[in-house]
Amino acid sequence: MADETTDPGPVTTLATPIRLDFEFTPGVAQSKFLRGLERAEFHGQRCSVCGKVYVPSRGSCPTDGVPTTEDVLLGNSGTVTTYCVVNVPFAGQSIEIPYICAQILLDGANLSFMGLIQEIPTDQIRMGMRVEAVWVDESELTPSLASVRYFRPTGEPDADYDTYKEYL
Amino acid sequence: MADSEVLHAEHRLEYPYSRSTGPVIGAFLTALRDGRFVGATGSDGRVIVPPTEYDPITSDDVGELVDVGPGGVVESWAWVSRPLRKHPLQTPFAWALITLDGADTAMLHAVDAPGPDALSTGTRVTARYRPAAERIGSMADVEAFVVEGGAS
Repeated sequence: MADETTDPGPVTTLATPIRLDFEFTPGVAQSKFLRGLERAEFHGQRCSVCGKVYVPSRGSCPTDGVPTTEDVLLGNSGTVTTYCVVNVPFAGQSIEIPYICAQILLDGANLSFMGLIQEIPTDQIRMGMRVEAVWVDESELTPSLASVRYFRPTGEPDADYDTYKEYL
Repeated sequence: MADSEVLHAEHRLEYPYSRSTGPVIGAFLTALRDGRFVGATGSDGRVIVPPTEYDPITSDDVGELVDVGPGGVVESWAWVSRPLRKHPLQTPFAWALITLDGADTAMLHAVDAPGPDALSTGTRVTARYRPAAERIGSMADVEAFVVEGGAS
């Protein structure tokens, strides 16, 4: 009879991890955005046809198909267009749950991006909330979104729904 | 960092999948961990290795599992002169289709041979297992096949 303390039993599962290691080179437009982050600034680009400001810019306007050549420096604040409160733990999670993941539309931008919201209880987040970026210490700034520590409420009145309804 | 310097970053995309093996593949992997090979008996009497969960002709459950190997015959092979990082061996080796003794189908595995001249169709090989304590129920529990009676 097998020793029950050492018998591992029949094999029922097989670990089959999939891994892809690659090197990312961001290109001209995204490099401007990333260089801006290194200076604690948000940089975008405006389309010369439709006038929309993309941040981060991919270097061309997806609507008009033209290169975006006009660089735009944006401010530090924006509006939460939509959000998700993360309560589910998962492998590789680096932030303590629960936390808020939000789409943030920077003032003057026509494209939202994802950011972490802190300094507010998770049940108080709402669409239209005005937020501002909190950056890492100057010595820790890198050309990466890791330079943005998180976004926090500014305390301003919520943005009018009409100002961000096109970005949901 | 100067702005003229091209930015680049190392990325890793990884999914830690785990699959259920089911009763047939599970039995095959359990046998590997025990240092044995098993195959499944098909409806036509052929022994399928590695075992399929269902009969390839009738789609019914396969029949009883039978012991096969650990020796076998190379059916065809390809020499890898420069192994890649993910290959089972980091020295030149062969990928080979091997029909284990008692089996009617060939199975893909690595053959650790001194060079391509050591292999030909019909060469007899045998499994070289990892030490029992390192075996986890995986195809990699067999480190490689080696030429029977050969130097390696």
